[in-house]
Amino acid sequence: MAAVTPEVLTSTHVEKMKKKKLPKRYWEETEKTDQSQRRPEEEQGKAGQNQNKSTVKEKSLKRKNGESLEKKDPFPGEAPIPQKQLQKFQRGKKCKVPAGARERLKEAIAISEAMSEHAQKQAARYDLLLPEDAGFLEGDEDEDTNTISQADIADAVDITSGSKYFNLHLSQFGPYRLDYSRTGRNLLVGGKKGHVACIDWQTKDLKCEMNVMETVNDVKWLHTEAMFAVAQKRWLYIYDSKGVELHCVKKFNDVLRMQFLPYHFLLATASATGFLQYLDVSIGKEVAAICTKMGRLDVMAQNPHNAVIHLGHPNGTVSLWSPNQKESLVKMLCHRGAVRSLAVDKTGTYMVTSGLDRKLKVYDIRAFKPLHSCFLPAGASCLSLSQRGLLSAATGEIVQVYQNVLGSNPVSKPYMAHRLRGQIWGLAYCPFEDVLGIGHGEGFTSMIVPGAGEPNFDALDTNPYRSHKQRQEWEVKALLEKVQPELIGLDPGQLSKVDQASFEQRHKEQIEALGFDPLAKDKFKPRTKKKGRSSAGAIEKRKRKVAHEDQRVFLSLSLLSLFAIISHCSYYRHDDASHRRCNIFKQSD
Amino acid sequence: MKVKVLCRNPDDYVRETTRDIQRVPRNYDPTLHPFEVPREYTRALNATKLERVFAKPFVASLDGHRDGISCITKHAKSLSTIISGACDGEVKVWNLPRQECLRTVQAHEGFVRGICSRFCGTSFFTVGDDKTIKQWNWEAPGYGVREEPINTILGKAVFTGIDHHQREGTFVTCGQTVDIWDEQRSSPIRSFSWGVDSFSCVRYNPVETELLASCASDRSVVLYDTRESAPLRKVIMQLRSNTLCWNPMEAYYFTCANEDYNLYTYDIRHLDVPVTVHMDHVSAVLDVDYSPTGREFVSASFDKTIRIFPKDKGHSREVYHTKRMQHVICVRWSADNKYVLSGSDEMNIRLWKANASEKLGLLSAREKAATHYNKKLIEKFQHHPQVRRIARHRHLPGDILKQKRELREMREAQRRKEQNVRKHSKPGSVPLLTEKEKHVVAVVE
Repeated sequence: MAAVTPEVLTSTHVEKMKKKKLPKRYWEETEKTDQSQRRPEEEQGKAGQNQNKSTVKEKSLKRKNGESLEKKDPFPGEAPIPQKQLQKFQRGKKCKVPAGARERLKEAIAISEAMSEHAQKQAARYDLLLPEDAGFLEGDEDEDTNTISQADIADAVDITSGSKYFNLHLSQFGPYRLDYSRTGRNLLVGGKKGHVACIDWQTKDLKCEMNVMETVNDVKWLHTEAMFAVAQKRWLYIYDSKGVELHCVKKFNDVLRMQFLPYHFLLATASATGFLQYLDVSIGKEVAAICTKMGRLDVMAQNPHNAVIHLGHPNGTVSLWSPNQKESLVKMLCHRGAVRSLAVDKTGTYMVTSGLDRKLKVYDIRAFKPLHSCFLPAGASCLSLSQRGLLSAATGEIVQVYQNVLGSNPVSKPYMAHRLRGQIWGLAYCPFEDVLGIGHGEGFTSMIVPGAGEPNFDALDTNPYRSHKQRQEWEVKALLEKVQPELIGLDPGQLSKVDQASFEQRHKEQIEALGFDPLAKDKFKPRTKKKGRSSAGAIEKRKRKVAHEDQRVFLSLSLLSLFAIISHCSYYRHDDASHRRCNIFKQSD
Repeated sequence: MKVKVLCRNPDDYVRETTRDIQRVPRNYDPTLHPFEVPREYTRALNATKLERVFAKPFVASLDGHRDGISCITKHAKSLSTIISGACDGEVKVWNLPRQECLRTVQAHEGFVRGICSRFCGTSFFTVGDDKTIKQWNWEAPGYGVREEPINTILGKAVFTGIDHHQREGTFVTCGQTVDIWDEQRSSPIRSFSWGVDSFSCVRYNPVETELLASCASDRSVVLYDTRESAPLRKVIMQLRSNTLCWNPMEAYYFTCANEDYNLYTYDIRHLDVPVTVHMDHVSAVLDVDYSPTGREFVSASFDKTIRIFPKDKGHSREVYHTKRMQHVICVRWSADNKYVLSGSDEMNIRLWKANASEKLGLLSAREKAATHYNKKLIEKFQHHPQVRRIARHRHLPGDILKQKRELREMREAQRRKEQNVRKHSKPGSVPLLTEKEKHVVAVVE
């Protein structure tokens, strides 16, 4: 060690470093590692005098072999992600590299696949960081959760949550319709006899209250808390949050039910005259008015997944509508009697209907198939689905809440129940809260339903705690990315798919749309010539000169079709997927 | 009974003080974000529209010359300095950020035909119609001292172009022959000629530095190796090439600006067919210059426009024009890849942004993120008809539009005629030529 060469110096330096003891870890067996640490050092010290360079190599080799280890990761590799979570963020299928693809295409596909997989993993990992958990209600042994009263729940939980169970006694102007704003902060109630009020229901702060001195059929918040629409006896009115009348839309008369499509800024209204109308609230124009020819429309729901409007009719059918088509997209017979109420879940997979035949039915609206049905003795007059899939049904004066309705297992006993006084007129879950609002003849009741609301909101989309500035910012952004009504259809992801309709198919559609074939060759027209050469006979002769060309095309086509018949393969795809009209007139039971 | 009800503490979601930033808790659950695709499409459409709204490429005009600009050169070392030569023999040195002329030299009698900067950035060379090559100091002389060239060489014939070697003290001129000069000598070290009377442009290869390419008036592009005594090979085209430029990154490609309104990118290893034919101009192309990244090049044309082409695309991605800009004689891409300079007949040098909608100056991190996001969106939805229509639209002056239509009609007529000839000839006697094959007459070794 006495030599003063720089190599030796480095080795001493390393020794000094090693003497520093690392803090113990629970997975380390300390004594063993200490010994194993010392041994190679001694060996190094001996050998180091002569061949320094080789020892460095040896040392690194030994490290690789894992004999002398400082610290080992007990959980090597990246943290695993549960398959279920990954599945949640899966968007479409993986892209397959087509056979015989060029190197460049292969590379591009590989890169984009890797990127989307990375994004999927990151999003799935983010679930760990979500701050809130969903609520729940569990009974003791032999205790049905539906026997637990609201007062008991309000007592058992903390004061803030307890105060979410309350009644508003408004017996004068009832029964009430209601609507929660998209952030879930504000509540709008409208009594049949003209009483309209909006309330910040958590602080119980009354924003405005008025009597419109007319029948109120429905109330609906528009995109922000600053505006709401009220369907009154004759026209549709729009008020601001102070109760000042902003517009009276006389194009929309006798409106019974309304739905607001927040991403399209469309207010869809269904009227007593059988009209389904769309009002673009950002520009104040009527986008579409569709005469449904189905009589009075008083059952309406929207599919939040694809913005298709569902209407229920007295003859037991449910029809699906988009503003782009004068006929319904789909018509399905759901009940033997009239349809009383409808609800669609937020993923756009299930539809729940109830009818005068006192049945409650669950449909898969991707396949338009009934999943299961059950018989409710009193029938359900109002239905509502919460963000986490709880179904509430108003049966007579009782509100019942069902769990696990969406799916294949049949409806059993209710999860919760609550008795009220008076006819129930409106049911709505408050978004991002465990609260069900009930409008009835005697006023309004806010009911606690644990596990109803989505616990974690996305602040860039809907933020209940947003400030004034944030709201303004959000409004500008939302208006900028307003989805055009032309993009409403059964499949909202259609825009990202490759249109693989073959040339023939497109050509056929073009002929249908235009009424003539744009690619058809003009018939040969002989030029008129002077000096008597344009006599009828001469023209005929000239025509005959080129007649064989047309004949040839015709022959080749007919030969082609002959071959097709022989080989049993069709050249034209008879696929009317573009129209996507499926009529299911099927009656279950 | 066990019960838990959702209850959020507002303190977790609201900022503590007004000086804090707002809290934005996220939840990426796809069911909370419906209409992903239509919303993204709307964003892409907006991004495309905004890109067109912000497309204001014109930055500045440098005026001061008293005749049409005949050539522009960048300083070898300094980004902010350029030199321009005019048709009256005047040479001006410009400072780009201040947009002012630093120095004016009456360099030649008649045209200044070519300027090139020495690689070290200490001096520059000019050639002119007065058959002289002059070397000038980059530094301006002191006050009251006359502008004198460091060195003057009197040649036998008119020089039409000049280029300097990348590392050594040699330079090349073209005129009736292609001459290679040593800076220390007054006669050329070597002269090349291949049976033609004049050359219009000569350029050193930026990577393989002994390689040269020149455009000759007999419609050919000739390649030379300075270490050899004879030219390497030449490709003869149907019409004359005016200038050429090497791709600085892939230096086996060069692009030449042709009289037949097109530009041709050649691979020197396969001269028989150009790699790409770039068509969009409606008049002769006079100058071409590559961007320093080698991904794009800019071309100047007699049709009063300049166009920017991606190196491997047949059509331009951008066209710049103004009402006052006349025939554009010369064009250069700045060394920082951000600007394009064009010199035109009406005595002005114009400074353009290379990316028309780019925001100049420092960008904040959010601005950068937004521009990246928008770029990606446009790329993702580029094939949707609405997006493509907006992204592709460029306003063209009426007469250029008219000429474009006329040209299209002519090409269509030509194609039709050829088809008819083929139809009525013996099969195989009129071969089907692709657009690339059409323009090459021969390759001579």
